Amino acid sequence: MSTAIELRGVEKSFGVTKVIQNVSLTVAQGERHALIGPNGAGKSTLFNLISGYMTPSAGSILLRDQTISGLRPYQINRRGLSRSFQVTNVFANMTVWENLRCAVLWATGHRYAFWKNVDKLPEVRQRTAEILQDIHLVGRRDVPAGLLTYAEQRALEIGITIAGGADVILLDEPTAGMSHAETERAVELIRRLTEGRTLLIVEHDMSVVFGLADRISVLVYGQIIASGTPEEIRGNPKVKEAYLGEEAA
Amino acid sequence: MRDLAATAAPPLPALADKLKFYAIWVVVALVLLLLPKLFATGGSLTTFSLIGISIIFALSYNILLGQTGMLSFGHAVYYGLGGFLAIHAINIIGANKWPIPLPLVPLIGGVTGLFFAALIGWVSTQRSGTAFAMISLGLAELVASSALILRTFFGGEAGVSANRTKLLKVFGFNFGPQIQIYYLVAAWTLIAVIAMYALTRTPLGRMCNAVRDNPERVQFVGYDPHVVRYLAFCFAGFFAGIAGSLAAINFEIANSAYLGAVQSGTVLFAAYIGGIGFFIGPIVGAIFVTVLSLGLSDLTTVWQLYFGLFFIAVVMFAPGGITGLLMMHRPLIKAGMLTRMLPSYLIALLPTLALITGLMLAIETTVHYTVNPGEDPHVKAFGIPFNAASSITWLVAAALIVGGFALARISWRRTAHVWDETLTAARAKVHAT
Repeated sequence: MSTAIELRGVEKSFGVTKVIQNVSLTVAQGERHALIGPNGAGKSTLFNLISGYMTPSAGSILLRDQTISGLRPYQINRRGLSRSFQVTNVFANMTVWENLRCAVLWATGHRYAFWKNVDKLPEVRQRTAEILQDIHLVGRRDVPAGLLTYAEQRALEIGITIAGGADVILLDEPTAGMSHAETERAVELIRRLTEGRTLLIVEHDMSVVFGLADRISVLVYGQIIASGTPEEIRGNPKVKEAYLGEEAA
Repeated sequence: MRDLAATAAPPLPALADKLKFYAIWVVVALVLLLLPKLFATGGSLTTFSLIGISIIFALSYNILLGQTGMLSFGHAVYYGLGGFLAIHAINIIGANKWPIPLPLVPLIGGVTGLFFAALIGWVSTQRSGTAFAMISLGLAELVASSALILRTFFGGEAGVSANRTKLLKVFGFNFGPQIQIYYLVAAWTLIAVIAMYALTRTPLGRMCNAVRDNPERVQFVGYDPHVVRYLAFCFAGFFAGIAGSLAAINFEIANSAYLGAVQSGTVLFAAYIGGIGFFIGPIVGAIFVTVLSLGLSDLTTVWQLYFGLFFIAVVMFAPGGITGLLMMHRPLIKAGMLTRMLPSYLIALLPTLALITGLMLAIETTVHYTVNPGEDPHVKAFGIPFNAASSITWLVAAALIVGGFALARISWRRTAHVWDETLTAARAKVHAT
């Protein structure tokens, strides 16, 4: 299997604080990979490094065997990697439809066009409509994103992330703050939408992690202490001690 | 899959909607055409020309502020440079007898604005928010002060003048009379307004809105927010240049005031007072501000003070501007419930007017004692004579301010209460149908 994302000895320090220490990680093409770890372990920082929001202090990050560390977020996005945010990060004053459309425009090749009517682009309409239906927000199409319920905003967040057609998806705690029923629906949505794509997901809900992931990596104090299938991780004494044990107790 | 777009996507406008849309522009064109027939005096033609110029300028400014979320304190730079280039162009074209007619000169101004925006903007649009605002202010001061130093190009204090009638005649028009200038401005205003409206509906226009709302997220859907801001800045510079050159044509002069901080401030006022959240907001604001500044300056010596107070009032109480206030009432109009609000408005309006009158009386009295204290205290403001030295005037002003303020506070609170109730009722009614 070819690799989608590869981290080689990645480090990140803020001043003297090393937040990420010598992290090496491989996510295979088409794999659903979960990243777990206690609060403050550096999971979100790792996402910020992979997506180009931050630059690693050392080491390199590769997307399909090409180095992406040092590139800007939009350059990485154009290469087919898209991420969501832990705190909902949408275009609050624009409608659901417009939000999704913004995420479709670059991928459909319209870029900075100022000579086309945005409402009349058939492939943009088609793709936006598909995503809108996928995330079950057809009925909320013309509502400004800022007025959606929390769960709806989370769905829109995922919609924006996948709308550009990226085949490597990074989701940062997509079910955080959701009720049990909402979480179940969100997991179903994620499973369906990431079909055939590579997924790297940060998640706190262990039922989500073990139900969704093909492989799991455990990040503690900026270091990956274990990486493997859900069974391996469940049986790993180091993980139990550092993380899962705490949860169980 | 084709029918998916048909069901889930917003419907494309029906033929009737399209016709309605085009009808609006035709009506606007007709109004512009017939306006001089209704108000034929030279003064009103000048006013209309100034309004047209101000509309283009304010809309160009709103490409930055309202559409892309960039607060610029130096937009007059592109207006002014467009104006200067237009004046020089008229002189050069006239001297060399080149076959370029006057109606094309604004294009030269526009390209000038575009050129300088493209040059300066690459640096200033690297940042957004406060950093952008500060850079724009610094650059504006730089250009404005060089206008007084580089005398050969900017003509120093006196500016540069030109004779617009020396150019090639088109259909026998030499553009000497104001009526011909009015039509020239009206035509360019219509073109520029349509172009800027069309711009809001393009992929770039929508990404400008996205950058305004959330520049961070824009990066993660493939866009470079700097490029989006830069392109918006270039368009804004282009249309500002057109407005500036029309002003230069109108006055047959360009001077350093064109590029100055006052000009940059005025366009911010106009756009904000009109309402930056709506496309027509700056149009409303440009008309309002132009008429107000022309009208107020005849009525009182401290008209800028009133202007500033009004601006503060808009920022504090109606951040959506005049257009925002009007648009608020759309759901009520839809439900046919606007009349429910009218009594409350009338009740609230009375003490508000009393408060304003009291403030004006106090301001004018203070102005008399600070500006020319030695002169006759029987002064006149807004055409109304009063005695600034009389204690009655002072007492009346105080009573109006205190009483008006207290009653206005209570009545506006009650109005807000009625508003909430009416809006809820209106929403329920629209939902039910």
